[in-house]
Amino acid sequence: MSDTRVVVVGAGPAGMRACAALVAAGLTPILIDEAARSGGRIYQQPPQGAARPGRELYGFEAAKAARIHALEAQLAGRIDHRRETLVWNCFEDALDLLGPSGPSRQPFDALILATGATDLALPFPGWTLPGVYALGGAQIALKTQGCGIGRRVVFLGAGPLLPLVAWQYVQAGADVAAVLDATPFAAKLRGLPNMLFAPATLAKGAYYVARLLAAGVPMAWGVGGPRAEGDGRVERVHFVTAGGDARVVACDALGASFGLRSETQLADLAGCDFVFDRRTRQYVPARDVAGRTSRRFVYVAGDGAGIGGADAAELAGERAALALAEDLGLPVDVNRAAFLDGRLARLDRFRRGLETAYPFPAHLLRDIGDDTMLCRCEGIAVGALRAAARDKGAPELNRAKAFTRIGMGRCQGRMCGRAAAELLAAARGEDLARAGRLRGQPPVKPIPMIPELLS
Amino acid sequence: MSVGVFDVAIVGGGTAGCAAALALRKRGMSVVLLEKGQCGAMASGTNFGGVRRQGRDFREMPLATRARAIWDRLPELVGEDCEFRATGHLKLARDAAEMAELERYARDARDHGLELSVVGGNAVRALYPWLGEAVTGASLCPDDGQANPRLVGPAFARAARAAGAEIREFAPVTHARWTGAGFEIDAGGATLRARLLVNVAGFWGGEVAAWFGEPVPIRPLCPNMVVTEPVPYVIDRSIGVCGGNVYVRQVERGNVIFGGGRGWGDTARAISRPRADVARDAMARTLAILPWLRDARIIRTWTGFDGEMPDDIPVIGPSRTTPGLIHAFGFSGHGFQLGPAIGEIVAELVADGRSASPLAPFAIARFAGAPPAPAPR
Repeated sequence: MSDTRVVVVGAGPAGMRACAALVAAGLTPILIDEAARSGGRIYQQPPQGAARPGRELYGFEAAKAARIHALEAQLAGRIDHRRETLVWNCFEDALDLLGPSGPSRQPFDALILATGATDLALPFPGWTLPGVYALGGAQIALKTQGCGIGRRVVFLGAGPLLPLVAWQYVQAGADVAAVLDATPFAAKLRGLPNMLFAPATLAKGAYYVARLLAAGVPMAWGVGGPRAEGDGRVERVHFVTAGGDARVVACDALGASFGLRSETQLADLAGCDFVFDRRTRQYVPARDVAGRTSRRFVYVAGDGAGIGGADAAELAGERAALALAEDLGLPVDVNRAAFLDGRLARLDRFRRGLETAYPFPAHLLRDIGDDTMLCRCEGIAVGALRAAARDKGAPELNRAKAFTRIGMGRCQGRMCGRAAAELLAAARGEDLARAGRLRGQPPVKPIPMIPELLS
Repeated sequence: MSVGVFDVAIVGGGTAGCAAALALRKRGMSVVLLEKGQCGAMASGTNFGGVRRQGRDFREMPLATRARAIWDRLPELVGEDCEFRATGHLKLARDAAEMAELERYARDARDHGLELSVVGGNAVRALYPWLGEAVTGASLCPDDGQANPRLVGPAFARAARAAGAEIREFAPVTHARWTGAGFEIDAGGATLRARLLVNVAGFWGGEVAAWFGEPVPIRPLCPNMVVTEPVPYVIDRSIGVCGGNVYVRQVERGNVIFGGGRGWGDTARAISRPRADVARDAMARTLAILPWLRDARIIRTWTGFDGEMPDDIPVIGPSRTTPGLIHAFGFSGHGFQLGPAIGEIVAELVADGRSASPLAPFAIARFAGAPPAPAPR
C-alpha cells in the first residue's frame, strides 16, 4: 500500500484530519495547499515570526486551532506536505500543480478534495468600492496580519460570521460603527430548535451578540437596500431598517458577505456528478455520507463538499479517509466510522437550524437596480444578465456567461457565479436549480503565461 | 401543414444549421431544427473566432468570399453584429521558407480575387511594433477579421425562431431514416417527419451520413484554446502563422485569445477538455511572436468538438444514396467564417436542388468506398 498515491487537497480542518487518518491507516498521503502553514482559512496562521496568542487570534476556537496546527507537526515526515502550491487542474488521474519549485503534474490513485469555501458575495450598490471587504477577508486581516480593514467599520451580512467578526474587531480596538444583519431577528428564534443540537456553538453565537450590544455597538436586523458610497472609497453606508426607515452610517471600511459558498471547481474538473443543495442554494458534488463522490476513489470533505462548518469539516475529513482506506481494502475501525456518522448527523441538524436563523437574503437581490455591478472582473452590471435572460432567452448560467461575459474574468465566476444564478432564476421566474452552475474550466485560479512553469 | 410533418428537418444547431433554418423560412418552408444541446455551443461556439479568407484552401474561396459579405450584414440579418470586426488577418513568417510561402500564396490568391499585401521584416516592425524579433515578414488580408463565436450561432437561432422556425434544443437525434416518401427522425423521445433532411451535425455528421449508407472517414477535432486576463489593447489584427500551429487575437476588452494543437475529447459523451501540455506549447509559440505577453496570466482554457476530414475540406452537397438528404459537415477547424454562407447554400440545395456556389470539391462521393474513420485516440 505504501506505493498507493493518495492526494489530499487542502490543509484546513478537513484535510488535516484526513491526513491523520490516512497515516493511521498506514498510508503516506501527499497534502497540497496554497498556504505556507496548515489551518485553512478558519484556522489560518500568522506568517512565521509573527505569532500572537491563539486565544487572541481564534477566540473560543483557540484550542481547536491549536490541535489542527499541532497535527502538522505530528504528521511531519509521515506525509508529503507541498506548501504554497496551487492545484490548478485535475484531468483524468492527475493534478496540475504550480508550486515554489515550479510546475509539476501529480498523478493519484485516490484523491480527497478538502477545498473549503469562500465568502458568498452579493452585489449591492458600491460593493466594489475600495474599503469594502468580504467578512472572511476582514477576519483574515485580523488573524494573520494583526490589522483591521479600517478604523471605523460597518459589518453587513447574513450569517453566523457576522457577530463573530464584529466582536473580534471590537476586541481588537476598532470602532464598529454598526452591525447590519440582512436576516430578520425572528428567524433566529425559528432556527433555535435545531441549533440545540450543538448547544455550545449556539451559546457562542448568542454570546457575541450580547457582548456587542453590551459594548454599545448599534445592531440592526432585517435590513435592506444597503448602499456603500464615498469619494474614491467607502465613506458611508446607507440602509433601510426592517421598519422601513432610511439610515446612514459613516465609516471608513465595510465588511460584507452573506454566507459561504463551496469551492467545487476541482471536483468538477475531476468529473464528479453534482447535485443541487437546496439548503445552501448551490450545486455541490454528489456524495454519500462518508464523502464518496460519483467518481471512484475521489472523495470530498469539509466546506468544499457543502457548507457544514469547521467542526463538521474535521469529522468529515476523517470520515472520508476511513472510506478511502476501506475502499483500498485496508482494515478500518467500523465503530469509529459509525461514531463519526452520528456526530456528523447531529451537526447537520444544527446546520439546518443555522440556515433557518440566517436565511438567504433574497430581498437584497430582488431590489437591486440594473446598473449595479455584478461581475467585477469583466465589469458587467446586473442589467446585462437580466437582458440576457429576457431578450436572448439564456436558460442557464453558462449560456448567460456566453452572452454577457459574466463569470469570464480572473475569478472565473467564483465570486459572482452564485449571485448570477440567483438573479438569472429571478429574472426567468424559475427555480434556482434550473439556473445551473458555471462549468469548471482550468485553470482554477490564474496561472502565469510562462510555458516553463507548466508540466 | 399536417401535425408533425415539416418540409425540412435540420440535424444540428451550429451556425450553419441555424443560418439554414433562417434562410429556409425566408423561402417559406416549414423547418424544425434539432440540437442535442444548445445552439451554437459546439464547434460554432468554442472556436477561435477567426473570420478569415487568407490561408484558405482555394477550393473554399468562393464560399468564404460569399460568407464574408454576410458578416457585414449581420445586424440586419440577425439583429446584432456578434462583435464582428474587420481587423484584417495578418499571417506571419518566421524564416525565409515561410516568407516564400506567403509570397507564393499571395500570388496564387490573386487569381481567386483575394488581394494580400506582403511585407518584409523591417516593414513589419514599423507597422506592428508589438511583434517580436522572430517575425521576418507578414501577409495582410485587410478585409478579414474576427468575431465572438459565442454569439453567432445563438443569434442565428433566435432570428430563425423569430422567422417561424421551430428550434428544439436538448433534443438529440438518435436516428433518422428514409421511408420512401420522406424522413422519420427520432429526437428527444419523439419521432418527427419531414420531407427533406439536412445534416449539419458537425463531427456527428459522420454518424448521420452512416445511417444512410455513406460513411465517411471523419475524426473529432478539439481545438485547444487559451485566454489571458485583459492587457492593454494593442493587437489590432487577427494573427496567424505559416503552418498554422498558433493563432492569436485580442478582443477590445483586452483579453488575448490564442490557440494551437488539439485538446481531448470523448465523442460518445460529448465531453471535451483542454490539455495543459498543448496549452504550454501554444504559449511558447505565442510568446515567440508576442514576447511582451509574458506578463499576462492565463485565466481560462477550453476546447470543443469539430469534425475533421482527411483532405481538410468539408462535405457539402446532396447525399448520393438518399433523395432529399443534404450534407454540410466536417469543416475541419475552419468553418466559423463559412457558417453564415453554408446556411444559404444549404437552403439553395434544399429548395432549388442546386447552389450558386461551386460545390463539386465537397461532394461526399469522394469518400465512396473509403474505410470508416479510425477509432479516435
